[in-house]
Amino acid sequence: MDKIIIRIDGAEIKGKPGQTIMQAADDAGIHIPRLCDVEGLEPQGSCRVCTVKVNGRTAASCTQPVADGMEVENDTLEIRNYRRDLVRMLFHEGNHLCPCCEASGRCELQNLAYQLGILQPDKYPYLQPVRPVDASHPDVMLDTNRCIRCGRCIRASIQLDHKNVFGYIGRGINKQVGVNGKNLAQTNVDIHDKAVALGTCPVGCIIQKRAGFFDPIGKRRFDLHPAGTKVEDS
Amino acid sequence: MKKRIATVSLAGCFGCHMSLLDIDERILELVKLVEFDRSPINDFKKFRARCDIGFVEGGCCNEENVHTLRDFRKNCDVLVGVGQCAVMGGLPVMRNAIMHSDDPLRECLETAYLNSPYVYNPANDIPNDPALPLILDKVYTCSEVVKMDYHIPGCPPSGDVLWQTIVALLSGNPSDLPGEIIKFD
Repeated sequence: MDKIIIRIDGAEIKGKPGQTIMQAADDAGIHIPRLCDVEGLEPQGSCRVCTVKVNGRTAASCTQPVADGMEVENDTLEIRNYRRDLVRMLFHEGNHLCPCCEASGRCELQNLAYQLGILQPDKYPYLQPVRPVDASHPDVMLDTNRCIRCGRCIRASIQLDHKNVFGYIGRGINKQVGVNGKNLAQTNVDIHDKAVALGTCPVGCIIQKRAGFFDPIGKRRFDLHPAGTKVEDS
Repeated sequence: MKKRIATVSLAGCFGCHMSLLDIDERILELVKLVEFDRSPINDFKKFRARCDIGFVEGGCCNEENVHTLRDFRKNCDVLVGVGQCAVMGGLPVMRNAIMHSDDPLRECLETAYLNSPYVYNPANDIPNDPALPLILDKVYTCSEVVKMDYHIPGCPPSGDVLWQTIVALLSGNPSDLPGEIIKFD
Protein backbone atom coordinates (compact mmCIF):
# COMPACT_ATOMS: atom_id res chain seq x y z
CA MET A 1 0.00 0.00 0.00
CA ASP A 2 1.63 3.29 -1.03
CA LYS A 3 -1.07 5.74 0.02
CA ILE A 4 -1.98 6.22 3.65
CA ILE A 5 -4.98 8.33 4.63
CA ILE A 6 -5.06 9.92 8.08
CA ARG A 7 -7.33 12.58 9.54
CA ILE A 8 -5.89 15.54 11.48
CA ASP A 9 -8.61 17.45 13.36
CA GLY A 10 -11.11 16.00 10.87
CA ALA A 11 -9.19 17.05 7.75
CA GLU A 12 -8.23 14.14 5.53
CA ILE A 13 -4.57 14.14 4.44
CA LYS A 14 -2.39 11.69 2.55
CA GLY A 15 0.81 10.26 3.95
CA LYS A 16 3.54 8.06 2.52
CA PRO A 17 4.80 4.85 4.13
CA GLY A 18 7.67 5.58 6.52
CA GLN A 19 6.59 9.15 7.11
CA THR A 20 5.91 10.46 10.60
CA ILE A 21 2.70 12.28 11.44
CA MET A 22 4.64 15.55 11.53
CA GLN A 23 6.16 15.03 8.08
CA ALA A 24 2.74 14.23 6.63
CA ALA A 25 1.24 17.28 8.35
CA ASP A 26 4.06 19.52 7.05
CA ASP A 27 3.45 18.25 3.51
CA ALA A 28 -0.24 19.04 3.88
CA GLY A 29 0.48 22.50 5.31
CA ILE A 30 -0.85 21.71 8.79
CA HIS A 31 1.18 23.30 11.55
CA ILE A 32 2.34 21.22 14.51
CA PRO A 33 4.55 23.14 17.00
CA ARG A 34 7.96 21.58 17.79
CA LEU A 35 11.24 22.28 19.51
CA CYS A 36 13.58 19.27 19.45
CA ASP A 37 12.73 18.21 15.90
CA VAL A 38 14.28 20.00 12.96
CA GLU A 39 14.48 19.04 9.31
CA GLY A 40 17.69 17.23 8.42
CA LEU A 41 18.16 15.50 11.77
CA GLU A 42 16.80 12.20 13.04
CA PRO A 43 13.74 12.86 15.21
CA GLN A 44 14.27 12.26 18.90
CA GLY A 45 10.88 12.90 20.49
CA SER A 46 12.24 14.38 23.71
CA CYS A 47 10.63 17.80 24.05
CA ARG A 48 7.05 16.48 23.62
CA VAL A 49 5.85 19.87 22.39
CA CYS A 50 4.61 18.18 19.20
CA THR A 51 2.38 15.87 21.26
CA VAL A 52 -0.86 14.94 19.49
CA LYS A 53 -3.60 12.46 20.31
CA VAL A 54 -3.63 9.44 18.02
CA ASN A 55 -6.82 7.44 18.30
CA GLY A 56 -7.26 8.88 21.80
CA ARG A 57 -3.72 8.25 23.08
CA THR A 58 -0.98 10.87 23.29
CA ALA A 59 2.09 10.43 21.08
CA ALA A 60 4.96 12.58 19.83
CA SER A 61 4.06 13.35 16.24
CA CYS A 62 7.74 13.71 15.23
CA THR A 63 8.43 10.01 15.96
CA GLN A 64 5.03 8.36 15.42
CA PRO A 65 4.78 6.80 11.92
CA VAL A 66 1.59 7.32 9.97
CA ALA A 67 -0.79 4.39 9.64
CA ASP A 68 -3.93 4.15 7.58
CA GLY A 69 -7.08 5.39 9.30
CA MET A 70 -5.38 7.30 12.13
CA GLU A 71 -7.55 9.91 13.85
CA VAL A 72 -5.15 12.65 15.01
CA GLU A 73 -6.10 15.50 17.35
CA ASN A 74 -3.72 18.42 16.95
CA ASP A 75 -5.18 21.87 17.54
CA THR A 76 -7.60 21.10 20.37
CA LEU A 77 -7.95 22.85 23.73
CA GLU A 78 -6.60 19.83 25.61
CA ILE A 79 -3.49 19.48 23.42
CA ARG A 80 -2.86 23.22 23.45
CA ASN A 81 -2.97 23.17 27.25
CA TYR A 82 -0.49 20.27 27.37
CA ARG A 83 1.89 22.14 25.09
CA ARG A 84 1.52 25.40 26.97
CA ASP A 85 2.40 23.71 30.25
CA LEU A 86 5.41 21.95 28.69
CA VAL A 87 6.79 25.23 27.34
CA ARG A 88 6.07 26.98 30.64
CA MET A 89 8.08 24.35 32.49
CA LEU A 90 11.04 24.90 30.14
CA PHE A 91 10.93 28.60 30.98
CA HIS A 92 10.80 27.92 34.71
CA GLU A 93 13.48 25.23 34.68
CA GLY A 94 16.31 27.33 33.21
CA ASN A 95 17.35 30.98 33.40
CA HIS A 96 15.66 32.51 30.37
CA LEU A 97 16.35 36.24 30.46
CA CYS A 98 14.88 37.36 27.15
CA PRO A 99 15.78 41.06 27.55
CA CYS A 100 19.53 40.36 27.50
CA CYS A 101 19.64 37.28 25.24
CA GLU A 102 21.25 37.38 21.79
CA ALA A 103 18.67 34.90 20.53
CA SER A 104 15.64 37.02 21.45
CA GLY A 105 13.52 37.43 18.35
CA ARG A 106 14.94 34.33 16.68
CA CYS A 107 14.41 32.03 19.67
CA GLU A 108 12.07 29.13 18.98
CA LEU A 109 11.20 28.74 22.66
CA GLN A 110 10.19 32.39 22.92
CA ASN A 111 8.25 32.18 19.67
CA LEU A 112 6.44 29.09 20.89
CA ALA A 113 5.50 30.92 24.10
CA TYR A 114 3.93 33.72 22.05
CA GLN A 115 2.23 31.20 19.80
CA LEU A 116 0.71 29.36 22.76
CA GLY A 117 -0.34 32.61 24.43
CA ILE A 118 1.83 32.46 27.54
CA LEU A 119 1.28 35.94 28.93
CA GLN A 120 1.53 35.48 32.64
CA PRO A 121 4.61 33.35 33.28
CA ASP A 122 4.06 32.86 37.00
CA LYS A 123 2.20 29.56 37.10
CA TYR A 124 5.19 27.66 38.50
CA PRO A 125 8.07 28.83 40.73
CA TYR A 126 11.28 29.78 38.96
CA LEU A 127 13.96 27.20 39.78
CA GLN A 128 16.85 29.62 39.06
CA PRO A 129 19.43 26.86 38.71
CA VAL A 130 23.16 27.54 38.90
CA ARG A 131 24.61 26.64 35.50
CA PRO A 132 27.98 27.43 33.94
CA VAL A 133 28.92 29.62 30.98
CA ASP A 134 31.72 28.20 28.80
CA ALA A 135 33.47 31.01 26.93
CA SER A 136 36.77 29.16 26.47
CA HIS A 137 36.53 28.73 22.68
CA PRO A 138 37.64 31.71 20.54
CA ASP A 139 34.60 31.54 18.20
CA VAL A 140 31.78 29.78 20.05
CA MET A 141 30.27 30.25 23.49
CA LEU A 142 27.93 28.08 25.56
CA ASP A 143 25.49 29.70 28.00
CA THR A 144 23.90 26.62 29.52
CA ASN A 145 21.48 28.77 31.54
CA ARG A 146 19.41 28.79 28.36
CA CYS A 147 19.79 25.11 27.39
CA ILE A 148 16.54 23.15 27.05
CA ARG A 149 18.25 19.78 26.37
CA CYS A 150 16.61 19.38 22.97
CA GLY A 151 19.72 17.55 21.74
CA ARG A 152 19.75 19.24 18.33
CA CYS A 153 23.46 20.13 18.70
CA ILE A 154 24.23 16.55 19.75
CA ARG A 155 22.49 15.06 16.71
CA ALA A 156 23.89 17.66 14.31
CA SER A 157 27.41 16.98 15.55
CA ILE A 158 27.07 13.22 15.11
CA GLN A 159 24.89 13.02 12.01
CA LEU A 160 26.05 16.03 9.97
CA ASP A 161 29.56 16.89 11.19
CA HIS A 162 30.54 13.25 11.95
CA LYS A 163 32.13 14.49 15.16
CA ASN A 164 31.10 13.91 18.73
CA VAL A 165 31.41 17.35 20.28
CA PHE A 166 28.22 17.37 22.35
CA GLY A 167 26.54 14.67 24.42
CA TYR A 168 24.14 14.14 27.30
CA ILE A 169 25.48 13.88 30.85
CA GLY A 170 23.48 12.71 33.89
CA ARG A 171 19.92 11.53 34.27
CA GLY A 172 16.51 12.93 35.20
CA ILE A 173 16.47 16.52 36.43
CA ASN A 174 20.30 16.45 36.41
CA LYS A 175 20.49 15.64 32.71
CA GLN A 176 22.48 18.23 30.81
CA VAL A 177 24.34 18.73 27.57
CA GLY A 178 28.09 18.43 27.99
CA VAL A 179 31.07 18.73 25.66
CA ASN A 180 33.61 16.08 24.74
CA GLY A 181 36.46 17.56 26.77
CA LYS A 182 37.21 19.76 29.76
CA ASN A 183 35.60 22.70 27.99
CA LEU A 184 34.65 23.76 24.48
CA ALA A 185 38.19 24.89 23.61
CA GLN A 186 39.45 21.33 24.27
CA THR A 187 37.09 19.80 21.71
CA ASN A 188 37.50 19.65 17.94
CA VAL A 189 34.52 21.97 17.35
CA ASP A 190 34.84 24.43 14.48
CA ILE A 191 32.87 27.60 13.77
CA HIS A 192 31.76 26.07 10.43
CA ASP A 193 30.26 22.97 12.08
CA LYS A 194 26.53 22.45 11.61
CA ALA A 195 26.26 21.75 15.35
CA VAL A 196 27.08 25.35 16.22
CA ALA A 197 25.40 26.93 13.19
CA LEU A 198 22.74 29.58 13.68
CA GLY A 199 19.41 27.80 13.81
CA THR A 200 20.67 24.50 15.20
CA CYS A 201 20.27 25.66 18.79
CA PRO A 202 16.61 26.70 19.11
CA VAL A 203 17.43 28.99 22.05
CA GLY A 204 20.46 31.15 22.89
CA CYS A 205 22.67 28.47 24.44
CA ILE A 206 25.14 28.09 21.56
CA ILE A 207 26.29 31.58 20.66
CA GLN A 208 28.70 32.54 17.89
CA LYS A 209 31.02 35.18 19.26
CA ARG A 210 31.08 38.64 17.65
CA ALA A 211 27.77 37.92 15.93
CA GLY A 212 25.21 38.88 18.59
CA PHE A 213 22.41 41.41 18.13
CA PHE A 214 23.18 41.80 14.42
CA ASP A 215 19.51 41.98 13.41
CA PRO A 216 17.70 45.05 14.73
CA ILE A 217 14.34 44.63 16.50
CA GLY A 218 11.68 44.41 13.82
CA LYS A 219 13.92 42.51 11.38
CA ARG A 220 14.65 39.38 13.40
CA ARG A 221 13.54 35.97 12.23
CA PHE A 222 10.24 35.80 14.10
CA ASP A 223 9.56 39.52 13.76
CA LEU A 224 9.28 38.90 10.02
CA HIS A 225 7.21 35.71 10.30
CA PRO A 226 5.10 36.10 13.43
CA ALA A 227 4.19 33.10 15.52
CA GLY A 228 2.08 30.39 13.97
CA THR A 229 1.52 31.99 10.59
CA LYS A 230 3.54 29.45 8.63
CA VAL A 231 4.95 25.97 8.91
CA GLU A 232 8.48 26.02 10.33
CA ASP A 233 11.06 26.65 7.62
CA SER A 234 14.14 25.67 9.58
CA MET B 1 -16.01 58.90 39.41
CA LYS B 2 -12.43 58.77 38.25
CA LYS B 3 -10.50 55.61 38.94
CA ARG B 4 -7.37 55.97 41.03
CA ILE B 5 -4.08 54.59 39.75
CA ALA B 6 -0.83 54.18 41.68
CA THR B 7 2.53 53.24 40.16
CA VAL B 8 5.93 52.41 41.60
CA SER B 9 9.36 51.29 40.45
CA LEU B 10 11.05 48.75 42.76
CA ALA B 11 14.17 46.91 41.53
CA GLY B 12 13.62 48.23 38.01
CA CYS B 13 15.18 50.84 35.76
CA PHE B 14 12.15 53.15 35.29
CA GLY B 15 12.02 51.93 31.68
CA CYS B 16 8.45 50.77 32.15
CA HIS B 17 7.47 54.20 33.45
CA MET B 18 9.18 55.74 30.40
CA SER B 19 7.09 53.35 28.32
CA LEU B 20 3.94 54.62 30.04
CA LEU B 21 4.82 58.06 28.68
CA ASP B 22 4.99 56.43 25.24
CA ILE B 23 1.19 56.41 25.10
CA ASP B 24 1.79 59.92 23.72
CA GLU B 25 -1.31 62.08 23.24
CA ARG B 26 -3.53 59.35 24.69
CA ILE B 27 -2.33 60.63 28.07
CA LEU B 28 -4.91 63.43 27.61
CA GLU B 29 -7.66 60.81 27.41
CA LEU B 30 -6.10 58.98 30.34
CA VAL B 31 -6.23 61.94 32.72
CA LYS B 32 -9.94 62.34 31.93
CA LEU B 33 -10.50 58.77 33.13
CA VAL B 34 -8.08 58.35 36.01
CA GLU B 35 -6.43 60.21 38.82
CA PHE B 36 -2.87 59.36 39.76
CA ASP B 37 -2.30 58.60 43.42
CA ARG B 38 1.13 57.56 44.72
CA SER B 39 3.43 57.58 41.67
CA PRO B 40 6.79 58.88 40.51
CA ILE B 41 4.85 60.75 37.82
CA ASN B 42 3.43 63.21 40.38
CA ASP B 43 6.06 62.46 43.05
CA PHE B 44 3.54 61.54 45.77
CA LYS B 45 5.45 59.35 48.22
CA LYS B 46 2.44 58.04 50.19
CA PHE B 47 -1.04 56.76 49.40
CA ARG B 48 -3.72 59.42 49.81
CA ALA B 49 -6.72 57.13 49.25
CA ARG B 50 -7.50 53.55 48.31
CA CYS B 51 -6.61 52.87 44.65
CA ASP B 52 -8.35 50.81 42.01
CA ILE B 53 -5.24 49.77 40.09
CA GLY B 54 -1.60 49.56 41.11
CA PHE B 55 1.18 49.14 38.56
CA VAL B 56 4.39 47.66 39.94
CA GLU B 57 7.64 47.80 38.00
CA GLY B 58 10.59 45.68 39.15
CA GLY B 59 11.06 42.85 41.63
CA CYS B 60 12.27 43.02 45.22
CA CYS B 61 16.01 43.27 45.90
CA ASN B 62 15.94 45.07 49.29
CA GLU B 63 13.69 45.37 52.33
CA GLU B 64 12.34 48.75 51.26
CA ASN B 65 11.04 47.11 48.04
CA VAL B 66 9.20 44.50 50.13
CA HIS B 67 7.60 47.14 52.40
CA THR B 68 6.53 49.18 49.37
CA LEU B 69 5.08 46.17 47.56
CA ARG B 70 3.10 45.08 50.65
CA ASP B 71 1.86 48.66 51.00
CA PHE B 72 0.67 48.52 47.40
CA ARG B 73 -1.12 45.23 47.96
CA LYS B 74 -2.86 46.68 51.01
CA ASN B 75 -3.97 49.83 49.18
CA CYS B 76 -4.81 48.61 45.66
CA ASP B 77 -7.77 46.52 44.49
CA VAL B 78 -5.97 45.19 41.41
CA LEU B 79 -2.21 44.81 41.33
CA VAL B 80 -0.48 44.53 37.96
CA GLY B 81 3.17 43.52 37.63
CA VAL B 82 4.60 45.46 34.69
CA GLY B 83 7.72 44.36 32.86
CA GLN B 84 10.06 41.41 32.94
CA CYS B 85 11.63 42.41 36.30
CA ALA B 86 8.28 42.27 38.11
CA VAL B 87 7.33 39.02 36.37
CA MET B 88 10.49 36.96 36.78
CA GLY B 89 13.12 39.22 38.33
CA GLY B 90 14.60 40.49 35.08
CA LEU B 91 18.24 41.46 34.93
CA PRO B 92 18.66 41.95 38.72
CA VAL B 93 17.77 38.25 39.15
CA MET B 94 21.05 37.33 37.47
CA ARG B 95 22.71 37.75 40.83
CA ASN B 96 20.70 34.78 42.18
CA ALA B 97 22.21 32.30 39.75
CA ILE B 98 25.44 33.84 38.60
CA MET B 99 26.85 35.29 41.82
CA HIS B 100 26.75 31.87 43.37
CA SER B 101 28.96 30.73 46.21
CA ASP B 102 28.40 29.76 49.85
CA ASP B 103 27.83 33.42 50.57
CA PRO B 104 26.28 34.87 47.40
CA LEU B 105 25.32 38.29 48.77
CA ARG B 106 28.84 38.93 50.09
CA GLU B 107 30.36 37.93 46.75
CA CYS B 108 27.95 40.26 44.97
CA LEU B 109 28.80 43.23 47.21
CA GLU B 110 32.55 42.57 47.13
CA THR B 111 32.50 42.41 43.35
CA ALA B 112 30.53 45.66 43.18
CA TYR B 113 32.47 47.70 45.76
CA LEU B 114 35.91 46.11 46.32
CA ASN B 115 37.19 43.74 43.65
CA SER B 116 36.03 45.16 40.35
CA PRO B 117 38.92 46.67 38.35
CA TYR B 118 36.93 49.89 37.88
CA VAL B 119 36.31 50.60 41.57
CA TYR B 120 37.95 53.54 43.34
CA ASN B 121 37.35 52.86 47.02
CA PRO B 122 40.35 53.88 49.16
CA ALA B 123 38.50 53.22 52.46
CA ASN B 124 37.80 49.65 51.25
CA ASP B 125 34.28 49.83 52.72
CA ILE B 126 31.05 48.22 51.60
CA PRO B 127 28.37 50.93 52.13
CA ASN B 128 26.55 50.17 55.40
CA ASP B 129 24.91 53.41 56.45
CA PRO B 130 21.79 52.66 58.54
CA ALA B 131 19.78 54.85 56.17
CA LEU B 132 20.42 52.40 53.32
CA PRO B 133 17.79 49.67 52.93
CA LEU B 134 19.13 46.21 53.68
CA ILE B 135 19.77 44.12 50.61
CA LEU B 136 17.93 40.79 50.49
CA ASP B 137 19.72 37.44 50.18
CA LYS B 138 18.40 37.18 46.63
CA VAL B 139 16.11 38.99 44.22
CA TYR B 140 12.45 37.97 44.58
CA THR B 141 9.73 38.27 41.95
CA CYS B 142 6.63 40.24 42.93
CA SER B 143 4.44 37.14 43.11
CA GLU B 144 6.87 35.53 45.56
CA VAL B 145 6.14 38.40 47.98
CA VAL B 146 2.44 39.23 47.52
CA LYS B 147 -0.48 37.97 45.45
CA MET B 148 -0.37 39.61 42.03
CA ASP B 149 -3.51 39.81 39.89
CA TYR B 150 -1.97 40.26 36.44
CA HIS B 151 1.42 40.31 34.80
CA ILE B 152 2.39 42.21 31.67
CA PRO B 153 5.78 40.97 30.38
CA GLY B 154 8.11 42.98 28.18
CA CYS B 155 11.35 44.91 28.55
CA PRO B 156 9.68 47.30 28.59
CA PRO B 157 6.08 46.57 27.53
CA SER B 158 5.36 49.02 24.71
CA GLY B 159 3.17 52.06 25.23
CA ASP B 160 0.46 50.29 23.19
CA VAL B 161 0.51 47.26 25.51
CA LEU B 162 0.23 49.48 28.59
CA TRP B 163 -2.55 51.53 27.00
CA GLN B 164 -4.54 48.40 26.10
CA THR B 165 -3.98 47.05 29.61
CA ILE B 166 -5.29 50.23 31.21
CA VAL B 167 -8.29 50.32 28.86
CA ALA B 168 -9.10 46.66 29.55
CA LEU B 169 -8.89 47.14 33.32
CA LEU B 170 -10.84 50.43 33.34
CA SER B 171 -13.62 48.95 31.25
CA GLY B 172 -13.80 45.94 33.55
CA ASN B 173 -12.89 43.44 30.83
CA PRO B 174 -9.56 41.93 31.91
CA SER B 175 -10.05 39.22 29.30
CA ASP B 176 -9.32 41.93 26.73
CA LEU B 177 -5.75 42.22 28.02
CA PRO B 178 -3.42 42.43 25.04
CA GLY B 179 -2.12 39.11 23.76
CA GLU B 180 -0.74 39.29 20.28
CA ILE B 181 1.44 42.40 20.84
CA ILE B 182 3.08 41.10 24.03
CA LYS B 183 6.83 40.52 23.79
CA PHE B 184 9.27 39.22 26.39
CA ASP B 185 12.06 41.59 25.32
